[in-house]
Amino acid sequence: MTPAIEPTQESVFTIREIAPKIFDMTIVSSTEEGSAALISKHAKAGQFVMIRGGEEAERIPLTIAQTEPEKRAVRLIFQVAGTSTHKLSLLKPGDPVLNLAGPLGKPSEIVEGKKVLVIGGGVGIAAILPIARELYHAGNEVTVVLGARTTALLILKDEFAQISHHLTLCTDDGSEGHKGFVTDAIKDLVAYRGVYDVGWAVGPTIMMKMCSEIAKQLDFPLWTSLNPIMVDGTGMCGGCRVLVGDEVFFACVDGPEFDGRLVDWDNLMLRQKQFKNEEADSYHHCRLEDQLNSR
Amino acid sequence: MLNRSKQKTKLTERSPEDRRKDFLEVNDGYTFTEAVSEADRCLQCRNAPCIQGCPVAIDIPGFIKAIQEKDLERSWEILYTTNQLPAICGRVCPQEKQCEERCTVGKIKDSEPVAIGRLERFTADWKRKAGFTPVTIEVTKPEKIAVVGSGPAGLTVASELAKNGYAVDLFEALHAPGGVLTYGIPEFRLPKEIVRAEIEGIRQLGVSLRTDLIVGKTIYFDEIRQKYRAVFLGIGAGAPKFMGVSGTNLNGIFSASEFLTRVNLMKAFRFPYADTPITIGKHVIVVGGGNVAMDAARSAMRLGAQTVTIVYRRTETELPARWEEYHHAIEEGIRFMWLSNPIAYLPGPDFRVTGARIQKMGLGDPDASGRRKPVPLPGVEETLDCDCVIEAIGQSAHRILSEGFKEVRLNRYGYIEVDPETLMTSVPGVFAGGDIVTGAATVIEAMGAGKTAAKGIMRYLTAIA
Ligand SMILES: Cc1cc2nc3c(=O)[nH]c(=O)nc-3n(C[C@H](O)[C@H](O)[C@H](O)COP(=O)(O)OP(=O)(O)OC[C@H]3O[C@@H](n4cnc5c(N)ncnc54)[C@H](O)[C@@H]3O)c2cc1C
Ligand SMILES: Cc1cc2nc3c(=O)[nH]c(=O)nc-3n(C[C@H](O)[C@H](O)[C@H](O)COP(=O)(O)OP(=O)(O)OC[C@H]3O[C@@H](n4cnc5c(N)ncnc54)[C@H](O)[C@@H]3O)c2cc1C
Ligand code: SF4
Ligand code: SF4
Ligand code: FES
Repeated sequence: MTPAIEPTQESVFTIREIAPKIFDMTIVSSTEEGSAALISKHAKAGQFVMIRGGEEAERIPLTIAQTEPEKRAVRLIFQVAGTSTHKLSLLKPGDPVLNLAGPLGKPSEIVEGKKVLVIGGGVGIAAILPIARELYHAGNEVTVVLGARTTALLILKDEFAQISHHLTLCTDDGSEGHKGFVTDAIKDLVAYRGVYDVGWAVGPTIMMKMCSEIAKQLDFPLWTSLNPIMVDGTGMCGGCRVLVGDEVFFACVDGPEFDGRLVDWDNLMLRQKQFKNEEADSYHHCRLEDQLNSR
Repeated sequence: MLNRSKQKTKLTERSPEDRRKDFLEVNDGYTFTEAVSEADRCLQCRNAPCIQGCPVAIDIPGFIKAIQEKDLERSWEILYTTNQLPAICGRVCPQEKQCEERCTVGKIKDSEPVAIGRLERFTADWKRKAGFTPVTIEVTKPEKIAVVGSGPAGLTVASELAKNGYAVDLFEALHAPGGVLTYGIPEFRLPKEIVRAEIEGIRQLGVSLRTDLIVGKTIYFDEIRQKYRAVFLGIGAGAPKFMGVSGTNLNGIFSASEFLTRVNLMKAFRFPYADTPITIGKHVIVVGGGNVAMDAARSAMRLGAQTVTIVYRRTETELPARWEEYHHAIEEGIRFMWLSNPIAYLPGPDFRVTGARIQKMGLGDPDASGRRKPVPLPGVEETLDCDCVIEAIGQSAHRILSEGFKEVRLNRYGYIEVDPETLMTSVPGVFAGGDIVTGAATVIEAMGAGKTAAKGIMRYLTAIA
């Protein structure tokens, strides 16, 4: 008998828009051997998956926000940024997920018994959740700073409240918490409570860059999760190369976390724009298809 | 009836003007009449020197004789007993350095060898079109075997073991099987439909294929070793190298692996119908002189570049690419810049590459490989304008390897060390073959390794049973 290419074993279990354009999705496997099942068993904080919603779709990296091995479930939280994330956002519970591979990247180096700072910005708040959780359970004193443009985008506050000793919220427009950027909040915190042993920051590239500058001034290591464009996620293409301390690394296998103080941020920001025009074309094309399909 | 022509039966190729616009094959292969006429050039040598040139030892006179007798079904049977990927090998084998190099007809003055590769392709293509009836093989052996990596090495081990009654699970990290056959070699040389069809044939032998599974990450190596009696690592040498000159991180600079993966695996040539983009500039530079460089250059041309220039450190004489591919490249308008090596990439205002500083070279004494070594000519430099650079200077061992398989001993180049006879690694029951052992080589050598490893595995399993 011919075993079929194992039929799609991954499907969407829940999907919910938790903030404008931000989706919280759980993928489950139908068997113990499915990707979500195996990933949920092996993933550690800081790792990501490559996901492809359908045929012809791009492979994109998303951080593993949570795993539930008993349920064979992997939770992903993503913001609609273009074609691929838009297509993922259209999935409904029960829909198959074509490809899910991981966990990729090196896990975060979880310390114990330290005074740590965890900074999340925008959809990066989701990516930093598992790191904060691990740090909290490993007996660290955890200070969390979350920032977003406005209160509606400040996601997962309740979950962070349970895994932090201090939680500071900031919004650019002052609609919730402190008015201003996370960097202002960090300066205040340090002035008040002293320097941290080590920190993590995940968020928009510009935020990670500004936080790294503060870490450099205050002289504490700050792990940042770099988000260059990836293709395979397994070290095979070199598209995700980043400059750290003047050396070239592949973010998907050598990272994605690097000490932000050493990262060449300007290089990363310029490389992220590599396909800007094509991405805009693709998104336009994909919205047109949507309109045609909905007629 | 013997055909005494000194030349191979001519193959009609599409005109270079046509083919540089699309990703269809360069030619459609022999027709039935052409194939029979070419088969008639074979002398049916009793000692068959051609067989020694084939890493999997196909019965070459046998399958050619069947074509002479117009019995294509038998030709197929002979081929397929030793080679599970004949339509692929017939297309991409460097035959001129393998079977055809030894052919008696080719030794005659001014005579070309029998076109063994083209005939192999002919029979395989005929069978694919005529309809392939799957062979069902019962699992008769108790041991389960894991094969990691679905390139030609892994596919061959899997099919050999399945044919011998073993249950085989084949794991592939990417979402599509085939290794370099799928993500590296472009459509116009090896249509993906053919790769899919030949892999389908192997699955029908009873091999269970699982994609999206990265051994060492999705499942740890220890778990695999506990679950399976023997493991084969055919993970290829997929990590791209960069020359590391200043400006490497500019936009518009790709490794050939990224460029070809975007085009082949992710079908960027169909963008925006496929979602993965590729920016192809107007003026493209490809660095390197091997088959990978030819593939990248010819793909760039097909994606609409105005000029494509291959920059190579040595000269035409030392070019490692297959002669046929080099000629196809020239016909399609690819330019060649010999004795040249980029030493810096120049940035434009938007961080895109706008040109390359080229160091001119001279040829010095022969190096270890016997080729004359390129030496920089001090002060002789020039600038070549471009808006895209593709570096095709080679690959090294897959990186996840060093993390995931710490127990397996590597040599100083990062490739896996094996016993040359059994292909067993330093870890008992763990075997390896293909590019991850030899460094970048050929499809048929990887398949040859697969055959040797399959024998090694069966001997090992019998010994410990
Ligand atoms: C390790 C890692 C973890 C990530 N985790 C998350 C997460 O948990 N949640 C989340 O919302 N986003 C995450 N991202 C970013 C996410 O991958 C991109 O937003 C997504 O790929 C955009 O694709 P698109 O087609 O929707 O948008 P596009 O229109 O293609 O692009 C929008 C922007 O996204 C970036 N991008 C595009 N393609 C890729 C790609 N293949 N790989 C990486 N970045 C790309 C580019 O900077 C681009 O300008 C992560 C990125 C990395 C590298
Ligand atoms: C562009 C290009 C053109 C070429 N042209 C020719 C040609 O014309 N003729 C010729 O004979 N040769 C050619 N070659 C060389 C030939 O393709 C290789 O020598 C051959 O494919 C090696 O086979 P392999 O099985 O060792 O590895 P690969 O084909 O590299 O396959 C390895 C597979 O293992 C998978 N893998 C890796 N790690 C893991 C893991 N941890 N878990 C699961 N899966 C994993 C990879 O994703 C990959 O699919 C070319 C190579 C390239 C790059
Ligand atoms: S497999 Fe390759 S080397 Fe062997 S006969 Fe065919 S073309 Fe020649
Ligand atoms: S060496 Fe050439 S002529 Fe002789 S059997 Fe082989 S293919 Fe035929
Ligand atoms: S994404 Fe290809 S090497 Fe990292």
